[in-house]
Amino acid sequence: MSETTSPARALDEPAAAGRARPAAAVRAAGRRTAGARLRKAGTVVLFLAPSAVPLVLFTLVPMVGSLWVSLHEWNLIGAMRWVGLGNYAALLRDGDAWRALGNTVLYIAGYLPLVYVGGLGLALALNRVTRGRDLFRGVYFLPVVTSWVVVALIWKWLLNPSEGIVNKILALLGIDGPGWWTSDTWALPSVIIASAWKDLGFVMVILLAGLQAVPGDVLEAARVDGAGAWRRFRHIVLPLLSPSTFFVLVISCISGFQVFDQVYVMTSGGPAAAASEVAVERVYDLTFRYGRVGDASALSWVLFLVILLVTVVQVRLQRRWVDYG
Amino acid sequence: MGNRLLYAALVVAGLVTLAPFGWTLLSSLSDGGVPGWPLDPSLGAYGDLLRAIPFWRVLLNSVVVAAVSTGLQVLTSSMAAYGFARLDFPLKDAVFVVYLATLMVPMQVLVVPLFIEMRTFDLVDTYAGLLAPTVASAFGVFFLRQAVRQVPRELDEAAVMDGAGHVRVFASVVLPLIRPALATFTIFAFMASWNAFLWPLVILRSPEFMTLPLGLATLQGQFTTRWDVVMAGSVVSVLPILVVYVLAQRHVIASVARTGLK
Repeated sequence: MSETTSPARALDEPAAAGRARPAAAVRAAGRRTAGARLRKAGTVVLFLAPSAVPLVLFTLVPMVGSLWVSLHEWNLIGAMRWVGLGNYAALLRDGDAWRALGNTVLYIAGYLPLVYVGGLGLALALNRVTRGRDLFRGVYFLPVVTSWVVVALIWKWLLNPSEGIVNKILALLGIDGPGWWTSDTWALPSVIIASAWKDLGFVMVILLAGLQAVPGDVLEAARVDGAGAWRRFRHIVLPLLSPSTFFVLVISCISGFQVFDQVYVMTSGGPAAAASEVAVERVYDLTFRYGRVGDASALSWVLFLVILLVTVVQVRLQRRWVDYG
Repeated sequence: MGNRLLYAALVVAGLVTLAPFGWTLLSSLSDGGVPGWPLDPSLGAYGDLLRAIPFWRVLLNSVVVAAVSTGLQVLTSSMAAYGFARLDFPLKDAVFVVYLATLMVPMQVLVVPLFIEMRTFDLVDTYAGLLAPTVASAFGVFFLRQAVRQVPRELDEAAVMDGAGHVRVFASVVLPLIRPALATFTIFAFMASWNAFLWPLVILRSPEFMTLPLGLATLQGQFTTRWDVVMAGSVVSVLPILVVYVLAQRHVIASVARTGLK
């Protein structure tokens, strides 16, 4: 703050020092610094207000509003009734909310191993070829830029129980395909398959970037020392890849707990809607279908706290296995 | 593993990636969505698509909304980034922490109170209501602030010597120097806006304001889901982003790869 050489200072307080005729100069300087200060404040406002005002209006205010609403019983239209922590207490006994949270966890449990193992396999393979690497990488990344809604619609058609190509191919192999998104058992796996297909390329790019940072001479030295492919992978590549793995894990868990678009498009309104309902979908339904806004807000905060907790635990645990070299 | 086996595996993975897109295209050209043999392609579903939703309007909405939202985010974020990196003011660190805090609040916590807020302002089912929550990005401020901090201060000082004010330094010295970071953020912001679903679903009602993801989602269920029409809509909505992607592919992938490398 006090260093006068900073360009910010230099800009705002041009040559206010070193004049003759003390009294008048001091008064003039006082006016000038007051003016300069005002101008400086104006500059700060000019640069910050365009982002600060919307963030306050559309993030901070709704955040506080959401907490406030979660302490009330309200149907969006009538008067709000104060219930304190009643909505949170009711949540503990709400089977639908628990099932939605459970489905969200199941989704992550199915999705994460698929994208990680698949993405790692692709990254390892791509790291070993030179010809056509950019082409393959570009192709694998294609679903990542496609919107969730389109991905969900494409897979809903591929996995259509009667007309879909997947069940037709299964039939050719003599397998009676399941009802996929129409079936209570297969709805969540259908969503997981579509999601993994979309995100595989993203995980691949992150892990490939990590792999390319693995120094080749270390691997070569290990090879010379007689370490087999598996041992080199297990003891050199995986530890060096742990920061990228950590990044994928944290990002996937955060976005996994917030999964909505693909589930809504694939199963909402269908026969397996209830069996595959996830947490954000429950928040949406509670608000706009059942008019239980207080319950919805309470659930959204619980979900936020769960995400926060999972992230904090992951960051804490990273010291045990993430190797930043 | 032999090189041939490696390439075989890569090709199979490529086919698994591309086949669903190919099937989508085929289905969109087939009556009822089920490609027969021999193929009998028809563009009938595309005609029905134009009748089922105000397609050109929806496409235009998507383009305009994504462009405006991205442009505003880049502008507001880069200005704040400059403010935090180059201006001194009281409580600067505290203000920055508040910015970071808003980054952690997920959309699903905001969506209900935001809807209520927009209803109070009478902005439900309007472009303004759709755009308002997307004009600023705490992520953008954070990301671009890092970039501004890497610009050597001597360069601003040289401009100051020449008598330039903050606005001039920002616009003609700093912005050109952080172009790569601006491009990365632009790509992320554009993709997020183009693909956004939850907020448009909540705030919009009328077909004439809908963006593509929302328009497509409403297609299914109309007349017991015409899958050829739904697939035609998917094809048309993938095409624009595909063109952008093919042109900017290297940059897009490099941007994503960089976010994973700390």
